[in-house]
Amino acid sequence: MKPARFEYHAPKSVDEACALLASLEDAKVLAGGQSLVPLLNFRLARPPHLVDINRIANLDRIYERDGGVAVQALARQSAVEDSDLAGRLCPILPAALRQVAHRVIRNRGTVCGSLAHADPASELPAVMMALNGHVVVQSRRGQRIIPAADLFKSVMQTALAQDELMVEAWFPGAHGKYGIAEESRRHGDFALAGGVRYGDRLALFGVAATPVMADPKDPTKGLQPSGDLEATPEFRLHLVQAITDRLFAA
Amino acid sequence: MKVNGVVHTEPKDPRRLLSDHLRHDLGLTGTHVGCEHGVCGCCTVLLDGAPVRSCLMLAVQAEGHEVTTIEGLAAPGSPLHPVQQAFHECHGLQCGFCTPGFVMSVVGLLHEHPDPTPEQVDEGIAGNLCRCTGYASIRRAVHRAAELTK
Repeated sequence: MKPARFEYHAPKSVDEACALLASLEDAKVLAGGQSLVPLLNFRLARPPHLVDINRIANLDRIYERDGGVAVQALARQSAVEDSDLAGRLCPILPAALRQVAHRVIRNRGTVCGSLAHADPASELPAVMMALNGHVVVQSRRGQRIIPAADLFKSVMQTALAQDELMVEAWFPGAHGKYGIAEESRRHGDFALAGGVRYGDRLALFGVAATPVMADPKDPTKGLQPSGDLEATPEFRLHLVQAITDRLFAA
Repeated sequence: MKVNGVVHTEPKDPRRLLSDHLRHDLGLTGTHVGCEHGVCGCCTVLLDGAPVRSCLMLAVQAEGHEVTTIEGLAAPGSPLHPVQQAFHECHGLQCGFCTPGFVMSVVGLLHEHPDPTPEQVDEGIAGNLCRCTGYASIRRAVHRAAELTK
């Protein structure tokens, strides 16, 4: 299989990557590639430029910041899953990562990549919403912080501008009651519906264009999930209620 | 990039997937390609010792890294790698198409969990599809491989 023709760029620094993103038209950032490369292989995405950030040094740290866990752009999901720091400060993060695809995929996939890809059925955006985390994005214009509530705009659409690179995701220290539950046809598949609980906060995924916050007492209120071959809208609403019951049973 | 210990030049076309580079440019056809979008696990190879999907990487991304394919586990004529031996003993394959991917995933699994629980075994092979559905004997083969590796 062969992706459509693109020009390949491999910057060695964040500044160089930002300069490329600012000057190239329709460039796409390539990090772990576990979502982007399938789209390239099927030619569902045909970006004229790929900016591969994998050669940037010192962009894979997982470190403590402001009482929470900061995960840099090249930190692999498996590294975060195994991180003692993440397990100690934010145990819901490794718990959620174990639901993301399979270990072999997580060896390459990145946390920031999942957030930037913003698939509505993926776990990490909902975790970030439930915890009220944020991401740090950088461009030639400088750095800015985008809080979780403002990050996800629509299906695979975020608030990042074309010239911005997500350099870090931050998950607050989270020691309250937490849980993640999802239903999928097979383990590792995309969820038909899922929920993340932190304290009395509930974020749902797979049931709207973005992850959404919901009232645990009335989680289906206002939801209009889509239907497909795997689940009808009614079944997804049923799952939301069942998952919420499960998450808040304890 | 180094493949099975041998240094190779990079592919000229950045569009070349690592899986296609291994098969078409280097002639290492032991790495199989099934779905080519990361679902089936047939193309799993080790990148610096950790299993990854070679169909979800551009070959140019392997520059400066070490790739191990099924051909790199045991030299021709020498004894099989313990994981290969276990699949052989337990009939952990039927048609064999998925086998290289399973074997490479299991090598990675046993590296992380030398003495895996049944749950860890199931989790470890969950990302590989066998369309002959020989999963029961594949499971047995993983446990046997753990014994042989000790």
